Amino acid sequence: MTTQMVGKPIQRVEDKDLLTGKGSFTDDIKLPGTLHVAFVRAPFAHARITGIDLDAARELPGVHLVMAAADLPAPAKGKRILLQVPNPAIVDPITQEPLVSERVAFAGEAVAVVVADSRAIAEDAAEMVMVDYDPLPTVANLAQATAPGADKVHPHLADNVAARIHVGYGDIESAFRDAAHTVSVTLDQHRGTGNPMEGRAVLSAPNALDGGITVWSATQAPHILRRALVDMLEMAETDIRVIAPDVGGGFGPKVQAYPEEFVIPICAQMLGVPVKWIEDRREHLLCTVQERDQTWSVEMALDAEGKLLGVRGRMRHDQGAYLPWGVIAPYISTVTMPGPYVLPAYDLETQVMFTNKVPTAPLRGAGRPQAVFAMERLFDLAADRMGLDRADLRRRNLIPAEAMPYSVGLIFRDGQPLIYDSGDYPRCQQIAEEKSGWADFPARREAALREGRYIGLGIANYVEGTGLGPFEGATTQVLPSGRILIKTGAAGQGQGNRTVYAQVAAEAFNVDISQVDVELGDTGKIPIGVGAFASRLMVNAGSAINVSAGTVVTKMKKIAAAAFEVSEDDLELVDGTVRVTGDQGPSLTFGEMAQMASGMPGYVLPGGQEPGLFATHYFSPPQAAYANGSHAVEVEVDPETGIVRIARYIVVHDCGRMVNPLLVEGQIQGGLAHGIGNAFLEKMRYDDDANPVTTTLADYLLPDADNVPTAEIYHVESPAPHNPLGVKGAGEGGTIPAAAAVVSAVEDALRPFGVQIDEAPILPERICELIDAARQNTQEAS
Amino acid sequence: MTTKSISLTVNGKTVEQEVEPRTHLADFLRHGIGLTGTHLGCEHGVCGACTVLVDGQAVRSCLMLAVQADGAEVVTVEGLAPETGGDDGLSPIQAAFREFHGLQCGYCTPGFLTSLTQLLMENPDIGEEDLRKELSGNLCRCTGYAGIVRAALAAAQAYKEAAASGMGGSR
Amino acid sequence: MKAAAFDYHRPANRAEALDMAGSLDNAKFLAGGQSLVAMLNMRYAIVDHLIDLNHVSDLAGIEMTGDRLRLGAMTRQRAVKDDTALAARAPIFAAALDYVGHFQTRNRGTVGGSLGHMDPSAELMALATLMDAEVEVQSKARTRTLSIADYPMAYMTPAIEMDEMITGVTFALPAEGHGWGFHEHAQRHGDFAVCGVAALMELAGGTVSRTAITVFGIGMAPQRARAAEDLLAGQTPGDDLYRAAGDALDDLDYTTDAMASAAYRRRLAGVLTRRALADAATRAGGDRR
Repeated sequence: MTTQMVGKPIQRVEDKDLLTGKGSFTDDIKLPGTLHVAFVRAPFAHARITGIDLDAARELPGVHLVMAAADLPAPAKGKRILLQVPNPAIVDPITQEPLVSERVAFAGEAVAVVVADSRAIAEDAAEMVMVDYDPLPTVANLAQATAPGADKVHPHLADNVAARIHVGYGDIESAFRDAAHTVSVTLDQHRGTGNPMEGRAVLSAPNALDGGITVWSATQAPHILRRALVDMLEMAETDIRVIAPDVGGGFGPKVQAYPEEFVIPICAQMLGVPVKWIEDRREHLLCTVQERDQTWSVEMALDAEGKLLGVRGRMRHDQGAYLPWGVIAPYISTVTMPGPYVLPAYDLETQVMFTNKVPTAPLRGAGRPQAVFAMERLFDLAADRMGLDRADLRRRNLIPAEAMPYSVGLIFRDGQPLIYDSGDYPRCQQIAEEKSGWADFPARREAALREGRYIGLGIANYVEGTGLGPFEGATTQVLPSGRILIKTGAAGQGQGNRTVYAQVAAEAFNVDISQVDVELGDTGKIPIGVGAFASRLMVNAGSAINVSAGTVVTKMKKIAAAAFEVSEDDLELVDGTVRVTGDQGPSLTFGEMAQMASGMPGYVLPGGQEPGLFATHYFSPPQAAYANGSHAVEVEVDPETGIVRIARYIVVHDCGRMVNPLLVEGQIQGGLAHGIGNAFLEKMRYDDDANPVTTTLADYLLPDADNVPTAEIYHVESPAPHNPLGVKGAGEGGTIPAAAAVVSAVEDALRPFGVQIDEAPILPERICELIDAARQNTQEAS
Repeated sequence: MTTKSISLTVNGKTVEQEVEPRTHLADFLRHGIGLTGTHLGCEHGVCGACTVLVDGQAVRSCLMLAVQADGAEVVTVEGLAPETGGDDGLSPIQAAFREFHGLQCGYCTPGFLTSLTQLLMENPDIGEEDLRKELSGNLCRCTGYAGIVRAALAAAQAYKEAAASGMGGSR
Repeated sequence: MKAAAFDYHRPANRAEALDMAGSLDNAKFLAGGQSLVAMLNMRYAIVDHLIDLNHVSDLAGIEMTGDRLRLGAMTRQRAVKDDTALAARAPIFAAALDYVGHFQTRNRGTVGGSLGHMDPSAELMALATLMDAEVEVQSKARTRTLSIADYPMAYMTPAIEMDEMITGVTFALPAEGHGWGFHEHAQRHGDFAVCGVAALMELAGGTVSRTAITVFGIGMAPQRARAAEDLLAGQTPGDDLYRAAGDALDDLDYTTDAMASAAYRRRLAGVLTRRALADAATRAGGDRR
């Protein structure tokens, strides 16, 4: 009998510490003699530094180090941060310097660092650093970046184009030539922020014994940070240890290495003591990567029956000033557009544009929400033009389940052909329609309208490439205590990774998860790793645990079979022992076996078995695992104020086999909240000179408990064929179609006015403007 | 600037220390006396992560100076559960958060727990709509609030029973 | 995000507090601190001295006598919201206070602090404007009273001197049996309102005998909608009348800022005035909720 662990809604092993204040976030780690940091940040979006005077700051009591770019020690001096995701599409792979030497390219870039006894003193001294700036012309947005004769973000480049990407397949010309219907639209999607409740944080301590250094960082990817540090500091990989302790949310922006993650270790090395920097909320809104700014001009061709013939157009991506994570996000956008639909021909020409703003890089959804928004907006528009029901038009084009695996005709960002591995897209939409009362809704909408209420129902579908490689590794070990130890580089930032990893291991060993210890996110514990992004950990690390645990179990059975002189097939693992199946005969505890295997004088392991009850496996998925889903949302709009209230939210979600449904639903609901923010709350405002305006949480509106409803979640489980657990990623599906679904619903609610919405977020004031404009048009037409 | 001597009770223990006037209560709790369960999310009073109980009332500890807590009785997330007994050493609201997956990264959680402790003790009959409105002073970026709301409504029952049995004063 | 250094003073009584205010340079009173400490943390405000009023005993209190309500400056916002006698006499206070930040900030935030900070969207300032309040201020040398009309001087700046302390505010309560309405527009509960409207209405013989309308969050300080008030006088309540009142708000000052345009604020003022008046009329008609 095997205790089923995978698939159960087990409570988290992480929770008790976090609920009683015993978590260990970076700022909770106390090292004796730690000094604290504040940065001097540029107040201009684009300016040349003509002088820096550090003297006054250096004289303030309690200050230990004040440093500008010119004071950086070799080899960091003059270097930029390593770009770890190169792409031939990139014109110039320009990344940030640890401290800006000559020219700042967005407001908030660090030009000097202060190390002091306390953060308060460091901030006192930072205010005393005098920097002379010569302001340069700024590029604040895509319109300015692409205008003829535009000012340039980087003067050494020919223009503001950071990369050109052209994807497509099929005969796009004939698709549009033969079309019975075409619709076109231009869509603006605005950048938002990550805003995990814990900002970024870095603590670094030099190791006096070996000259090495330890860096604790609130990072999603300790091994990626280590590689960047090796490049910057030119130290041996073994001399740099990066640890991700408890991390208070990530959502993407904590993946790439930031200037502060180099400056802090450098300061610690220079001073010979631990040095800590904790990002404050203003710094987060100024300096931590954002995402979503894109403009899409796209058109759709359909035949007389509403079958898709082709989609084509162009997209512009506002990259900000640098390329910390290459062009991953806009590339994902371009290949996400076809979605769950049979699309015979596709052509998208993309330009990634530099602007004088904080860089963009993947943020929960990673380019997909924009593509889904574009495709789903086209469907809504086409349905309205053709006089068809919006769900019906989609239904006519969904890839049928029997077509799986389905080759789209594109190359995904993992370099592999984009082949949907499994899924039943029509069924997901059907459930969304049923549960939302789609068929009856027009009547309900009419009835509400008679009471003066404007309600609307929206729908959106998506496919999401998850579980991207290249790999993640895990070591499974049976300890002499009999406990199971799992070590992996793949740490979470709140997703509950310890719990689900323990579930996978516990099932392999047929023990309770309380018998499993999990060590995460420490480059000192496992030599290589990738990180927590792209909804990839359950597929990669989960599978690595599954395989390595299976290897250990097989070995234990071989050892026990030899000891008991029975066949391996006659053995079972029960209650932390290996015994003859169903027998009251001989048994060995896991602990006894671990001791035997780790070298017990007088005992010889059976032939062919290497010592030790441990195994390491690096799981490399052959391709992405494609999750999918359908969202339906009912809203009520107050057309007088533009306020949108969500009445009901239905999520149909297929992430393959679920390891822990409780945690999957937590991911969906949390992702949805982010998507709702993108739909009608979150707007990072910049003025015309690219200065950020919304630099507090009173100005940048995060969703709260009062405007995020509890979603009704329905699961479809189409096992992933390319990993042993059958799992797909679940971290981003809640976010991806949310803006598309909400905007579809708002537009539906405003049908009496004939409003078309081409942007996200859709803010109350804009809703009122659109209604007024529509009324104006009606009056002029009549 | 001269430091001030303060004496206060934190989680039932008397604490005496010299503080700089500009040190807010959250930094004092975290770094002055090592109670790092209280987290700082924004330091300008919006996110609610730093909420603690001062004389039984939930307050933003980033908006109160440590020197102002002189003489006060402060309870942080570390002090919410009874020393012994309870559900695995958790208060009803803590236990409900675990049962209903009311936390993910756990960073905002202390603020929700302390806020809900006052809220549910004063109004254990609160309904979902009012609860959501009252919780709007605490931001969470992970959960989408569903687990938090479920946990709070479930825990309200425990506070109701405690109130009925005359144990209203206990946390 | 740490405050610049300052000295801290804790007067035990009014005289000590006023002595300090008169003698210390670049000093500020610290009341509830729910705005001031945030501004100090962000270094938007930098002071040399903070004079903490939390231990001055005679500054807090709610006194209702006839049609006058006096709130001591250090009365906590929570106390105002929870006061049952006040809720019975003038329910608009509890309704408005519900929008003041969140319960955690109301636990410490004070009436005087809100008036002194003078955020354009402050609900207590709106109520003071609605009910022709008088603000009592005191310095070592003198005590004086400012009518609320004379109180705002500039953006977030009341017309009081550095050495003056707000000690209380007195509201002229509407007659028993009045109706009231309070509407705010913000995307999240507890946020700074982009626009809000507070309204009072008294009826006599089926027509409007007295009304007061204050629009706030739209400019430097709350503004009385006098033209709309005049338009309502003596009229029979009804939707057309409320709509006309909402249309009669063009003479108010509306600001454009990062959160909203002046045009949008004007639109909201009209909508919320109409709704607040409708509520007020209903409540004046007997529904006292």
